Amino acid sequence: MIRRLFVILLLLGLGGVFAGLVAGYSPDDTLNLTARYYADHTAQDIGAANIVTAIIVTYRGLDTLGEVTVLFLTAAIVGLVLAQSRRKADAPQRPLPPSGELLTTGTRLLVPLILLLGVYVFVNGHLTPGGGFQGGAILASAVLMLLLTDPLLRIGHGLIAAIESTAGLLFVGIGVLGIVLAGGFLDNRILPIGDLGNLFSAGAIPIIYSIIGLKVGAEFSSMLATLAETEDL
Amino acid sequence: MAPLMAYIALTTGFVLILIGLYGALTNRNILRMIVAFTVANTGVNLVMVAIGYLHGRTAPILDAAVPVEQAAALIIDPLPQALVLTAIVIGVGVTALMLAYAYRLYETKRTLDISQYTELKW
Repeated sequence: MIRRLFVILLLLGLGGVFAGLVAGYSPDDTLNLTARYYADHTAQDIGAANIVTAIIVTYRGLDTLGEVTVLFLTAAIVGLVLAQSRRKADAPQRPLPPSGELLTTGTRLLVPLILLLGVYVFVNGHLTPGGGFQGGAILASAVLMLLLTDPLLRIGHGLIAAIESTAGLLFVGIGVLGIVLAGGFLDNRILPIGDLGNLFSAGAIPIIYSIIGLKVGAEFSSMLATLAETEDL
Repeated sequence: MAPLMAYIALTTGFVLILIGLYGALTNRNILRMIVAFTVANTGVNLVMVAIGYLHGRTAPILDAAVPVEQAAALIIDPLPQALVLTAIVIGVGVTALMLAYAYRLYETKRTLDISQYTELKW
């Protein structure tokens, strides 16, 4: 088919470009200037043991604010697009097969643990691999499990919206506090930096990342809830 | 043999991009196209992480294994990891959006075959 041929030709060209990139790639032996700056200055400037967290929350905190905004927009648009397809409360519902003993009991056991793990991951975001986005996704996976067990479960959109907007306002509020009390927007030094490696260290980073975790968890949960509430076709 | 690992990861990433694009261009089913896009997305993320990898170094987390004074000599580049973290989250959002639109498209024509949607064809 001529169509398929075009696709293969296009991909061959792209593959050639990629092959050139791989052939010309020489791995660095040392960090480049930017990375070296982060490696040398994170400990005394930010106080976060996890340098990736320091970059995301403080050095490039404004980008993260934008990223959270994009996520919020996505959740809002998913809700808007699917608004008219929402299943009516009194609409006839085809009977669903029971979700099974294993899933029901497993959910009852696991959901609190998953929520706990999510909170642990975002509270320790400045010390261990993890952080607000990962922790938020874990929180949302608990919601997903609840929805798998009972597809007709209705999760309060009011609660999700309240969590999300409070978290968003707090995030921006802490950022503005940074202008007033410290060096600039989203500066983490509004609180003492503390000792490297302690839970209460790195200034405002644990607080900001917890807020991000709650916000991301709420946004993902709202997407899941909206998708679950759409009518069967 | 030292930098072989970087090449493997880099090549895998590029191959994933190509597989994803092939799937998105040849499949007629919208759901399959969405899955193909996520495969390509994974490939892009893998390429970015592979570029930040330096042989024989460890994760950019300061602890007992990485003293602050020697951090610059021991860790890999943290910046691509931060970028990929962002990219993964945005990727989830984009996938959710695509699925929502796919649902609405299915509602209008009761089919997921992209060749049935000819309104914008010329």
